[in-house]
Amino acid sequence: MEKYILEMRNITKKFPGVKALDNVNFKIKPGHIHALVGENGAGKSTLMNILSGVYPYGTYEGDIIVEGEVCRFKDIKESEAKGITIIHQELALIPTLSIAENVFLGNEQTGKGCIIDWHKTRQKATEMLEKVGLNENINTRVMDIGMGKQQLVEIIKALAKDVKILILDEPTAALNDEDSKHLLKLLVELKNQGLTCIIISHKISEVVEVADEITILRDGATIETLVRDTDDFSEDRIIKGMVGRELKNRFPKRNHTIGEIRFEVLNWNVYDPKDTSKQVIKNVSIYARKGEVVGIAGLMGSGRTEFAMSVFGKAYGRNISGIIKKDGKEVVLNEESDAIANGIAYATEDRKSAGLILIDDIKRNIVLPCLSKVSKGLIINQNEEIKVGEEYREKLRIKSSSILQKTGQLSGGNQQKVVFSKWIFAEPDVLLLDEPTRGIDVGAKYEIYCIINELAEKGKTIIMISSELPEIIGMCDRIYIMNEGRIVGELTAQEASQEKVMQCIMRSNKEVLK
Amino acid sequence: MKRLDVLLRGNLRQYVMIIALVVVIIFFQIITGGILLKPLNISNLIQQNAYILILATGMLLCILTCGNIDLSVGSVAGFIGAISAVFILKLNMPVFPAILISLLIGVLIGVWHGFWIAYVGVPAFITTLAGMLIFRGLTMVILQGMSLAPLPKAYTFISAGFIPDIADIDGINLLAILAGIIASVLYILSELNDRSSKKRYNFEVSSLGAFLAKVISIVAVINAFTYAMARYKGIPAVLVIVVSLVLIYSFITNKTIPGRHIYAYGGNPKAAKLSGVKTRKVLFWVYVNMGFLAALAGIVFTGRLNSATPKAGNGFELDAIASCFIGGASTTGGIGTVVGAIVGGLLMGVLNNGMSILGVSIDWQQAIKGIVLLAAVAFDVYSKSKSRVL
Repeated sequence: MEKYILEMRNITKKFPGVKALDNVNFKIKPGHIHALVGENGAGKSTLMNILSGVYPYGTYEGDIIVEGEVCRFKDIKESEAKGITIIHQELALIPTLSIAENVFLGNEQTGKGCIIDWHKTRQKATEMLEKVGLNENINTRVMDIGMGKQQLVEIIKALAKDVKILILDEPTAALNDEDSKHLLKLLVELKNQGLTCIIISHKISEVVEVADEITILRDGATIETLVRDTDDFSEDRIIKGMVGRELKNRFPKRNHTIGEIRFEVLNWNVYDPKDTSKQVIKNVSIYARKGEVVGIAGLMGSGRTEFAMSVFGKAYGRNISGIIKKDGKEVVLNEESDAIANGIAYATEDRKSAGLILIDDIKRNIVLPCLSKVSKGLIINQNEEIKVGEEYREKLRIKSSSILQKTGQLSGGNQQKVVFSKWIFAEPDVLLLDEPTRGIDVGAKYEIYCIINELAEKGKTIIMISSELPEIIGMCDRIYIMNEGRIVGELTAQEASQEKVMQCIMRSNKEVLK
Repeated sequence: MKRLDVLLRGNLRQYVMIIALVVVIIFFQIITGGILLKPLNISNLIQQNAYILILATGMLLCILTCGNIDLSVGSVAGFIGAISAVFILKLNMPVFPAILISLLIGVLIGVWHGFWIAYVGVPAFITTLAGMLIFRGLTMVILQGMSLAPLPKAYTFISAGFIPDIADIDGINLLAILAGIIASVLYILSELNDRSSKKRYNFEVSSLGAFLAKVISIVAVINAFTYAMARYKGIPAVLVIVVSLVLIYSFITNKTIPGRHIYAYGGNPKAAKLSGVKTRKVLFWVYVNMGFLAALAGIVFTGRLNSATPKAGNGFELDAIASCFIGGASTTGGIGTVVGAIVGGLLMGVLNNGMSILGVSIDWQQAIKGIVLLAAVAFDVYSKSKSRVL
């Protein structure tokens, strides 16, 4: 008999109208990294919320057994007392407090009574930072360090609470490759020191790299648990378990004809709006043809988003100079509405905070950029609006109770479909897509790719920014490579490979150093 | 039935507030021995509260834009009242142009606030707090600390007058009855039109029974109300102003592009901007509008008092803000309706009026209003936290 540090037996959780979890079984061995994967809405977060006491005992059915003892958590405090700590995707740090203060937040190092012992705090914090390999002053404010380091602070915070089971929800979603690698390495180290980890992640490649066991959830039920070295641990195998069918081609093929040049940006220069001495975009020139999908690859912070936003009616930046030409004619876009009127759309990378109005329903979000299409003069025809909403809900298969559902209640993939609906409805000729598949699951990604293909087939010009190189290489006809605000290379689909893209970036870095 | 459920959940607080309003009316009607709904008192209620309802309409738009509030409206109302009185009584200007110029000054004050808030980026709270001090000070300056009274009849007519009747029948005002009938007909026509256009689009419509019940009950309320008006002196002039404002602003917020842009801005300014909404323009015009409505409220209030005093308008902003929140507006913006704000305003008005009839002192009235505001918002927060699915 093997011993489990944690067992969740026959967990069933119902929400009004939906069964989020149905008889889920989940077992974890001590000192393992256990990955929990599944599509959005499969029930991963719900399961972890039950484990950490967010949903108290009594609101679900089934048993939680920690180290052989049945636990009935009433709240998060009780699960933390058992050594279970969850780090959510949205970090729970106070940006204006220092690292040390954040580490011991809610767990203050006190001397007598409730007076904070600052010596003890600093000493312990310094020790812990060393242990994790975070090379920062403990008095630095959290807002002044990068996302990767913030994630480490969260882990230190959990370690300071004597954590036994650490749950990480999408720990690398907001990190660049280097920080992700560092984080995963750290997790393996902690594991070797005896910590048990549960990781929820959409990045299958990372999961394959670090996990000892993988449990796959689908539609609120456990499908299977794969064990390293005994089961097939390949990405394809895992994806098949997640979506329930084989996805033969991660990138669907399209039949499109590429026409003449539709959109050009020439000698584009942009300065940082907060610091006008800093040039963010340096003399960038690109073009895109009708029916072409053009990719912009690059590392985080290379200026891709800033470029796209500055082109979209100067939504970013100051002292912008350069020429935008559409169908050979120069257009001046001083505001977002000018861009839309000229048939240029920009779908943001940050759909929650800048793409959607989360408190508004699906239909109102869809018609917003182009209200005049459902209006007579200034008066909106609300019946027409409903019709448009239904049409797109069906066309893009937005999973929702109705078009009156608030977009804040939708899953990431479905939110992204609403963002797409919105811009397809505006009928642009040129679509700038910024990280169109960030944070959404494999199945929804495929559907998004199909939509992109369909648009290209209709002759739209697509300019796509993505940090996932396989995606850019799989989807684009031509790829620009951007680094430090410059275009440092251009590759066609045939010649592009991950190595070549990285070479372009490395070469330009060296040139800068010279 | 599912539709109804969705509908109710979305506007829970507003429906609850309408029910609360009805309950409060019935309660005071009984406890005051029928005085509350006497024709005389209904007219009083309208004339007493008109200025708050006018302010609440404008304030709602401010609150919709990310929960910004306008603290200056009380001072602006006082200032405009004072200016109009100076025009008429000191400069001997005729009433009509004096009011027109005063309203224009209100619009300019709105432009002033809108400029700082939308184009310079000074937080609305600070800008309007400054406005509150500035215009309170200026009111004292132009009145030199004294009250100006009495105002000509043409001026007080706006807030205290009644629309003259078309016939001379004893004990009943024909115009009011007629207005009720015309309003009913217009209402029925618009409902029928809405229903048939929904059918044309093949949308689900409510069952005929439910439809008739709704139409009949609303027609009954309209006519009972106008009949009560008819039994007293007829239609108060200020009622015409308030009803038109409610209709116009409801229409703008619900059915027009500028209205939709206000909600979009309040829901998420960044997303609205990236969807092509001219966010600065939205913010600017919301405050220009507030300046205009504050001026109108100032004239209505001055007319009712029949004098312009340095203290006029003190604390109006708080009543207007409370009306909006009681009526279901969200403190973070993007949620709320004009009708809700009016219901909130009426609820407070009826409470005030009912308690005054009962002889409850003004000090107690203040405290009770505070409790009502807290209870209304607490209820909303509670019901939202229960219905949220994580």
